[in-house]
Amino acid sequence: MSRGSEPLLRVSGLRTWYPIRQGLMRRTTGWVQAASDVAFTIEPGETLALVGESGCGKSTVGRSILRLEHPQAGEVVFEGRDLLALEAHELRAARQRLQIIFQDPMASLDPRMRIREQIAEGMQSFGIGRDDQERGERVAALLARVQLDPATMDRYPHEFSGGQRQRICIARALAVEPRLIVCDESVSALDVSIQAQILNLLRELQDELGISYLFITHDLSVVRYLAHEVAVMYLGQIVEQGPTDRVFEAPAHPYTRGLLAAIPSIDPARRSAAPAVLGDVPSPSDPPSGCYFHTRCPEVMDRCRSEAPSIVSLEQGGSRCLLSEPRTEPRG
Amino acid sequence: MTALLEVRDLCTAFPSGQGALRVVDGVSFDLARGEVLALVGESGSGKSMTALSALRLVPKPGRVVGGEVRLDGENLMDLSVTEMRRIRGGRVGMIFQEPMTCLNPVVRVGAQVVEAIRLHEPVSKAEARERARSLFAEVGIPDPEARLDAHPHELSGGLKQRVMIAMALSTRPEILIADEPTTALDVTVQAQILSLLRDLQRERNAAILLITHDLGIVNELADRVAVMYAGRLVEVAERAALLEDPRHPYTQGLLRSIPALSAPGEALPEIPGVVPSPDQWPRGCRFSTRCPRRFEPCAETFPAETTPAPGRRVWCHEVETTEGEDAR
Amino acid sequence: MMGLEPHIWSNVMTVLLVSGAIFVTRVVRGQRLWREAAQALWQRRRFALVVVAVYVLIGLADSVAWKGGVPEGAMGVLPNAPLSLLDRAFLDSREASYSAPFADVEFYGGAPLRNPGKHPFGTDILGRDVLYLALKGARVALLIGGLTSLIAIPLALLFGVGAGYFGGRFDDFVFFLISTLASMPSLLLLIALIMVMGRGTVSVCVALAVTGWVGFCRLSRAETLKLRELDYVQAARALGVSETRIIFRHILPNLAHLIVITFVLTFSGLVLSEAVLSWLGIGVDGSWGQMIDGARDELSREPIVWWNIGAAGTVLFVLILAVNAVGDAVRDVLDPRTLRGQQ
Repeated sequence: MSRGSEPLLRVSGLRTWYPIRQGLMRRTTGWVQAASDVAFTIEPGETLALVGESGCGKSTVGRSILRLEHPQAGEVVFEGRDLLALEAHELRAARQRLQIIFQDPMASLDPRMRIREQIAEGMQSFGIGRDDQERGERVAALLARVQLDPATMDRYPHEFSGGQRQRICIARALAVEPRLIVCDESVSALDVSIQAQILNLLRELQDELGISYLFITHDLSVVRYLAHEVAVMYLGQIVEQGPTDRVFEAPAHPYTRGLLAAIPSIDPARRSAAPAVLGDVPSPSDPPSGCYFHTRCPEVMDRCRSEAPSIVSLEQGGSRCLLSEPRTEPRG
Repeated sequence: MTALLEVRDLCTAFPSGQGALRVVDGVSFDLARGEVLALVGESGSGKSMTALSALRLVPKPGRVVGGEVRLDGENLMDLSVTEMRRIRGGRVGMIFQEPMTCLNPVVRVGAQVVEAIRLHEPVSKAEARERARSLFAEVGIPDPEARLDAHPHELSGGLKQRVMIAMALSTRPEILIADEPTTALDVTVQAQILSLLRDLQRERNAAILLITHDLGIVNELADRVAVMYAGRLVEVAERAALLEDPRHPYTQGLLRSIPALSAPGEALPEIPGVVPSPDQWPRGCRFSTRCPRRFEPCAETFPAETTPAPGRRVWCHEVETTEGEDAR
Repeated sequence: MMGLEPHIWSNVMTVLLVSGAIFVTRVVRGQRLWREAAQALWQRRRFALVVVAVYVLIGLADSVAWKGGVPEGAMGVLPNAPLSLLDRAFLDSREASYSAPFADVEFYGGAPLRNPGKHPFGTDILGRDVLYLALKGARVALLIGGLTSLIAIPLALLFGVGAGYFGGRFDDFVFFLISTLASMPSLLLLIALIMVMGRGTVSVCVALAVTGWVGFCRLSRAETLKLRELDYVQAARALGVSETRIIFRHILPNLAHLIVITFVLTFSGLVLSEAVLSWLGIGVDGSWGQMIDGARDELSREPIVWWNIGAAGTVLFVLILAVNAVGDAVRDVLDPRTLRGQQ
């Protein structure tokens, strides 16, 4: 895979923490460490999947990139410009190329606006389409592109099913001609048979229009189908990342291994062994010492409790784990 | 030997502008002692409503309009409300999908389990508490004595679900109905809960009616599988047989659309179209609007039950005709 | 503005009101959500709606006034005074003093009446037909409920939506404002405001609005906080829509049902508040509250003059009952869950 050209999106050192305010004077007593030291790149026309369970911060990362959240630190370089450093009006212009599709098809559309107006709303903000008529034609074309009947454009969201609403959201995102779409658990709320339709649609659009995706999900089976690269998150940090095939076939981090092993298999000849990863996810406002995963890791060593694995090991070995840290000094 | 639970022609209807809509339409199945039967379907299939109907917990304005549900020979539809209450939670336990909403947030969890026990058996508070504590240990809750006094919001999702399981098991029910017990949980926690359910089922030889949309969970836990679509059964088979050799086109489509099975390069085989809403159900087979193997009789008449193999029931005209041809 | 006579003002406002109502009806008819809600409301509370409509018609009848056309010899009417439709219906019904309902003679003294048997609610101390006075009170009540809400609701929205959407310092300021207002005894504040602004319909309405906007402000703030986090608002931000547009296109329309519910439900409270003010002597002229207040003396007479307070109390009670019935149904019908679930 040639990396000669500049990546479409380069994130480095992203940190988004939420303050916990208590008391009458609303002092900050602590922080919810939603995302820490997150770094990855996305090439044009490719998909990076951000995977993890609840509380891992993947949604926070997706929203921070669009500045729907407020990161404390880091760089989000999109098409050569750091989005986090932009002024409000510059940000508005930059937002055209960066769109998002949410998880809940019910909440993603305004129940009181016709879908035609909602799809055209983005076009109006960015000046696409000369007048209402032209915008209407574009809306019709977009609806056809997402395999919906253009004649339904004057209906309200509640007249559509969940899968159809998700298609409308895709059409809405496409309307402004983005280069990157953040899909925040976009198929998680759909039935399996509908999910297949939406995934196919996303693939086709990527092949046809060269759109990149940041695909956020907890469902690893979907990842394998859609993503070129995978980044696994745990408690706000990326613990492993690399090409999809490599991560699935030779997972380096114990958490990734546990995650893969935990997926119930549908192969009738195989039933899962006893789960390796026990216990529950700790709270992001009070993460464990040392390596965050040590409280649940089946391969935990004494070192792990006090020593946090560095990002260097992630960048070099693809896994943020003391076990896979490259040796810096010769054994003697 | 009669099965522990026999459901015959269960029908549940909701009133609507177009007359009564049968969201559960003539469902019949058996659940034997010690068996795990999975009721599989997507949203709108009627699987949850079937379980609720069996326990007469259908939310208004819907109601059960026909059929029998025999528990050990006794028809639950004939019982009085008081007798039904004794069955619910007593002989039949239920685990729901969202443990957050099923536990009273202001009462300690231990007290809730104790209450459940004492509702069905004349035991003292101390005895019930001891039972609760040992149940907590059995379902894998660490430090069970201390956890008895915890409030629901102090527990994680996985722990809350374990509490729900403990509560359901506390009355030593003959049947456990688990409605999407792991859908709201993380994958790693789900694996633990599934493993727990498997162990418990084996130890107690419990009969479980498992309701889910996830075929992976079905493979992990179930002995037999019943697939529902738009309020009716379409296929019933033993687990391995269904997963290896599905007969009904819907089951086949469902299995194929699971991404894990496809190679990353090709398009996912999809089932085109959407599940029709109850007011748009065709007169015949309800899957006919999306079936790739649809032919003449499908939209007009509902297929009869065929048994192409022992233990397998399919409702499909196409299977029926191939069966007929094979038989000749 | 000061040059126009009050009755011209009243006519103009009536025309504006009626055209506004027609406009709203057209909008409601056009949007399926509102149309179905209106139909459901009609189904549930037909009778109460009719009662309210009757009151509104009576109020309108009293709002359109013009000069002239007074027949000769009509008692108690200045020849050049503007008279409304309602006034003209009861023209020349003046008696000399009290008379009981449907009586032929005066209550005290027994002198024969000018219009015997024609007063279903008798007459008051000045000989005016009590039914006529009661009907005139309808306009006042509707005015109080309507004008006050017209001031209070936009005020509450401005602060509430602003605080909910923008948060930060503005939110803190609004919170401070609300808390201060809420901690003052509203009755005392009302009295103080009316004393300062002087008596009259407008000052009473303003005073009621100032003491009454806090509740809806809190409600709209809470709802805005919720709406702001919804995905479709986030999507609009991602689509580059400006904040102002988001508020007007996404937040406010989704607060519309709350506005309607609040308006209907607080209406009766406002009318009753005015009754209390009248009892204190600072209410609006011609209101039912004033009639009831005036009846204090009458109840201590011998024999008792009861029909004044009876009439005022009855019409007040019936309107409040009807409005409350409609209000309950409106709340059920506009419940967002019902609206969302209409498939």
